[in-house]
Amino acid sequence: MAVISRGFHGRRPTEEKLPPGQYVVHDFPVLSAGPTPVVAKEDWQFTLTTVAGDTRHWSWQDLTALPAERPTVDIHCVTKWSKFRTEWEGVSLDTLLDGVDLDGDYAMVQSYGGYTTDLPLEDLLDGQAWIAYRYDHDDLPAEHGGPARLLVPHLYFWKSAKWVNGIRLMDSDEPGFWEGLGYHEYGDPWREQRYQGD
Amino acid sequence: MARAAVSGRLTGRLRWQTATVEDVRDETGTARTLVLRAPDWRGHAAGQHVDVRLTAEDGYSTQRSYSLASAPGGDRIELTVQRIGDGEVSPYLVDVLEAGDQLELRGPVGGWFVWDPADPSPVLLMAGGSGVVPLMSMIRTRRNVGSRVLFRLLYSVRTPEERYYARELGPGGAQGGLDITHLYTRSAPEGPRRPPGRLTEDDVAAYGWPAEFAPMCFVCGPTGFVERAAEILVAQGHDPQRIRTERFGPVGG
Ligand SMILES: Cc1cc2nc3c(=O)[nH]c(=O)nc-3n(C[C@H](O)[C@H](O)[C@H](O)COP(=O)(O)OP(=O)(O)OC[C@H]3O[C@@H](n4cnc5c(N)ncnc54)[C@H](O)[C@@H]3O)c2cc1C
Repeated sequence: MAVISRGFHGRRPTEEKLPPGQYVVHDFPVLSAGPTPVVAKEDWQFTLTTVAGDTRHWSWQDLTALPAERPTVDIHCVTKWSKFRTEWEGVSLDTLLDGVDLDGDYAMVQSYGGYTTDLPLEDLLDGQAWIAYRYDHDDLPAEHGGPARLLVPHLYFWKSAKWVNGIRLMDSDEPGFWEGLGYHEYGDPWREQRYQGD
Repeated sequence: MARAAVSGRLTGRLRWQTATVEDVRDETGTARTLVLRAPDWRGHAAGQHVDVRLTAEDGYSTQRSYSLASAPGGDRIELTVQRIGDGEVSPYLVDVLEAGDQLELRGPVGGWFVWDPADPSPVLLMAGGSGVVPLMSMIRTRRNVGSRVLFRLLYSVRTPEERYYARELGPGGAQGGLDITHLYTRSAPEGPRRPPGRLTEDDVAAYGWPAEFAPMCFVCGPTGFVERAAEILVAQGHDPQRIRTERFGPVGG
């Protein structure tokens, strides 16, 4: 039974589509574990490593030459804020991974600065994930993960790795950075999977 | 960013528990410390936070994160909350809640922004406003365990009246091996060492540690402060792997 907080009224969300425990923000909070890595587009490289150990690389030019999409999505951070209708531009993972040997059920996403996060490969496919390089009609700022970040809006936002530079496909699951520090392996905001065991 | 084996890291399921407010203490005109008794508390590491859940009479409920201000030990924990003018939760915690009231929390949460007392490296703490809260837990933990690790705290606040833990961090509260520097952004007391203003490279060079001492750096506060402080540390040669940050909110300070 929840404890009723005497005299607490709260603000009701104006939207129905708010996952449990979340509240709406209108600005765009920044959250990360350390300093913001600064990566120039010329130096940016994205590497896919298959289970067999083969690699494939994309430069900034390669990435931005691929057909872009402009998803407008709601995002939900495990620190409780949600932001509705955020506008992005980037390349769908379906496009990026087209023709790649997608053996392995899991993916470890890797970033400049050493950050990692794991998720099932199927959550990156079928129009659910992008490598985003523009936000709100502008280049993605470094503090939000620029030049490019992963965008997987249906999971808590720590899965949407900032400063992304690679994906390693895996046969079995391994915890990424926050997952190893007690956060949930999967992170579905609608099931409030914040921490281990939720 | 190797995953460190930290004490107090999360394991197992985190349950919601009911805590009772034992005492409230004003820190400043806009911030208050809540002393809570949480009978099921299993301890924490300095730097971790809790999730607080409030529920209105009609069942509407919302959650926010608050850092633990107290050192680990026992079932009594302290949070220090700053009132955000148009906020949903913080005005309730600062103005309405009183001794005897209950609230729900779960934790401790977060295994990265933590100080490990077994690590002998010098420590640089940089706080903006309420960002001093988890750093205070580190300072109190250091004192409680009798650690002689060298600590430096750079604490940026608007005015002398807005300092948290003024007695503990004031002249009377000095502890061997802990240096404290207050940086005022709006108005400084008489005879200031530096004119009021936001954190600069010179401040970090003068009151921090040189990069070659390889300190652990913990930076906490509003986003603008944290971005700036971390940027200066990196520019001064500190290893980004040794700079841990916690961002409390979207507003620059
Ligand atoms: C890990 C973590 C630890 C935290 N620890 C503490 C702590 O020890 N003490 C503490 O006081 N707060 C702490 N916070 C911030 C806290 O969780 C809330 O965000 C804050 O109390 C505001 O909540 P609110 O409901 O009053 O405001 P909201 O209704 O959420 O927001 C109202 C307005 O205030 C702005 N705002 C939100 N947070 C801040 C902020 N921190 N500074 C300035 N403006 C803000 C919002 O953008 C919005 O415009 C922590 C946050 C995190 C993520």
